[in-house]
Amino acid sequence: MPIELGLFALILAGTVAIAQSAVGFFFWRVGGRITSYLRQGAVLQFLLTLAAFLALVQAFVFSDFSLELAFGYSNTLQPLLYKITSTWGNHEGSLLLWIVILTGFGAAIALYGKNLPSDLLALVLAVQGALGAAFIAFSLFTSNPFTRLFPIPAEGRDMNPVLQDIGMALHPPLLYLGYVGLSVCFSFAIGALISGRIDAAWARWVRPWALASWAFLTLGIAMGSYWAYYELGWGGWWFWDPVENASLMPWLAATALLHSAVVMEKRNALKVWTIFLAILAFSLSLLGMFLVRSGILTSVHSFASDPTRGMFILIMLTIVIGGAYGLFAWRARSLRSGGLFAPISREGALVVNNLFLVVAVAAVLIGTLYPLILQSVNGTLISVGAPFFDLTFGILMAPLLIIIPFGPFLAWKRGDLIAVTQRLLGAAAATVLITIVLVMVSGGQISLASLGLLLGIWVGIGAIAQMVDRIKLGRTSLSQSWTHLKGLPKNAWSTMLAHFGLGVVVLGIVSVSAWEVENVASISVGDSIEISGYKVTKLDVSQRLEDNFVAERIGFEVISPRGKTTITAAEKRVYTASRLPSTEAAILTYGFSQLYITLGDVNADGTRIVRVWYKPFITLIWFGALIMAGAGFLSLSDRRLRIGVPKSARATPEPAE
Amino acid sequence: MKWFLIAFTFFSLATPAISFDPDEMLQNPVAEARAKALFSELRCLVCQNQSIAESNATLARDLRLLVRERLVLGDSDSQIIAYLVARYGEFILLRPRFGLHTYALWGFTPFVMILGIVILIMRYRRKKKQGPDIEPSGSLMTKAEQNILSSLQEDTGSKK
Repeated sequence: MPIELGLFALILAGTVAIAQSAVGFFFWRVGGRITSYLRQGAVLQFLLTLAAFLALVQAFVFSDFSLELAFGYSNTLQPLLYKITSTWGNHEGSLLLWIVILTGFGAAIALYGKNLPSDLLALVLAVQGALGAAFIAFSLFTSNPFTRLFPIPAEGRDMNPVLQDIGMALHPPLLYLGYVGLSVCFSFAIGALISGRIDAAWARWVRPWALASWAFLTLGIAMGSYWAYYELGWGGWWFWDPVENASLMPWLAATALLHSAVVMEKRNALKVWTIFLAILAFSLSLLGMFLVRSGILTSVHSFASDPTRGMFILIMLTIVIGGAYGLFAWRARSLRSGGLFAPISREGALVVNNLFLVVAVAAVLIGTLYPLILQSVNGTLISVGAPFFDLTFGILMAPLLIIIPFGPFLAWKRGDLIAVTQRLLGAAAATVLITIVLVMVSGGQISLASLGLLLGIWVGIGAIAQMVDRIKLGRTSLSQSWTHLKGLPKNAWSTMLAHFGLGVVVLGIVSVSAWEVENVASISVGDSIEISGYKVTKLDVSQRLEDNFVAERIGFEVISPRGKTTITAAEKRVYTASRLPSTEAAILTYGFSQLYITLGDVNADGTRIVRVWYKPFITLIWFGALIMAGAGFLSLSDRRLRIGVPKSARATPEPAE
Repeated sequence: MKWFLIAFTFFSLATPAISFDPDEMLQNPVAEARAKALFSELRCLVCQNQSIAESNATLARDLRLLVRERLVLGDSDSQIIAYLVARYGEFILLRPRFGLHTYALWGFTPFVMILGIVILIMRYRRKKKQGPDIEPSGSLMTKAEQNILSSLQEDTGSKK
């Protein structure tokens, strides 16, 4: 019964979405009463999809195998957490989660958007309604999660063992919050194009949504990266997999959007460009959805699929992207741009930032799509892998990292590069000094890694220098600097933290790419492997029986260079229901570095192959990402940002024609 | 032939065997470093987007052995790559060759970069000639900021 109610709720939600969209597009000029209907519609739509989602979750929790989906992807032996996460461990369920989040954002606009002018709010909710209707139709017509099964099987199949992990509870929801959050920016862009309401106030309304999506995307990507690192068993943290790229592209576009929205808000410039980016960011997240769900790729992420789904998304993609950019091309000419600025200025620096980020999107996009295009054109099979991306992406990121510390120091409108350079001299000297010391310590070789190290430290120290400069440390008394420090707005803190976090990420990447050490040996109990001063000794072999898997467990004793002894274990599991194997690495953390131990096969002579890596400072990659996301949320908590611009202060909408 | 080979290796992998054999490493550290560098350029043909350096599949190990074998025989890096491409097709290269079929791939990024720079310069020149279309909105924003400030103060005031 709950299953049918869930389906019914989803159909109702679709109807509400269609009504919301139609009413919004036809009556957006009316204002007042209409917007209150639309807002109620958005909230109702969310409650209905949430009900549908909960109906699905309960079927998984209570192992109701009359539901085809629950039979296909869950099992009575699973722990409760994995029964719940199995709900979105498949195409249909994850699509419903996507829809819940989409309508949730719609409801959030309805609740927080009271300050918005009624015409813009009506249009934004109309676009959200149209998106909701499209996705609900996609779910109902091609991927109905509520299909029943008869006769009812006694036991379900299982979820892919790789996905039976806490990561499944966090990674997809976080990522979806990011992807779908960008739909709000998209709706605002469409609303602005139709109503002609494109001004500094618009940027102020959009920025919190862009910030939230960006922060969630950052968390989602970092979480996915760490999950792949500890689960897939070869210690890689980024593979340039098409699906990873599909998440990186919206992230890069959202990063660019955040920066250009600042210019629009503060200087009323780059307006057309900001709208372009808002559309681009969401288009890229839809493209990601197409790559994952159409079945044109094979990856850990792809779902079993049939051609109708791919076709449906492709049509949706064409309408959304084509329609949005068509509207953009039609209206953008009529939009006036304001705010003249010199090339050397804060705006100029942010434009360069945008240039590099968008070209980086282009590089990732072509690398991801080119093999697919070439194959469909003349059947030639080529691979575009890590070496291509490392090269192109690396070349683009290096200059961007160099200019980052300059940006916040430059004045708006017209900056003085020489004065800024003078103010950054201390930071530059410190950067060079620290790099030289680190290079000496790590063996004294000048290489590409030294350059990377220099860049990472430069960005980190540049962020600190910005803070020191803002509080006038050393230029006034200490107590006065303290007063400045306490008075700093949260936005200043978040800029500094986000850039600092980026520097930390770069250091982690450079360090592990350049100084990772690997050792492989066939060992029996009592033998040990030495690596970077660590001694890994095989202790014992045991069996572990759990409800849903059987594991062979190898215990290890690890003695660190400082003499600290740790006992750990790595496993090879076989999942009972699906018979699928999975390896669990043993990972030990020392400071920011990690020791990574995985098991290979058993040799004919009874010894076992054991592979050990020493990964120096690898955790900096994820700590840095956490700092960046934290900076995003900090900025979001700034009251000045959330309140928005009161209606009275609104600029009169510019003439559209 | 290539497809038969891939299919064959795939089916022989019915249980994904993990086999990285420690004994396969070369004694000469220079040659071993060259081998490692080559591994990360070569795709494990039966895996999902992994290089043969990363993969635990049997095919990846066989390819590693093959590369090391050719190295010991004295082949140069480009000879080894040419040999592998002849045998498995260009699909094995993770860094596509520069050629007629990949001009668009390699050229796209620089093209977008140059396009971006040209547009920026043109816009800047036109803007400079025209002057700002509307007055820079400094005054507007100050007013807006003031309104926010006052609404903030009201807010905190009403709470007390």
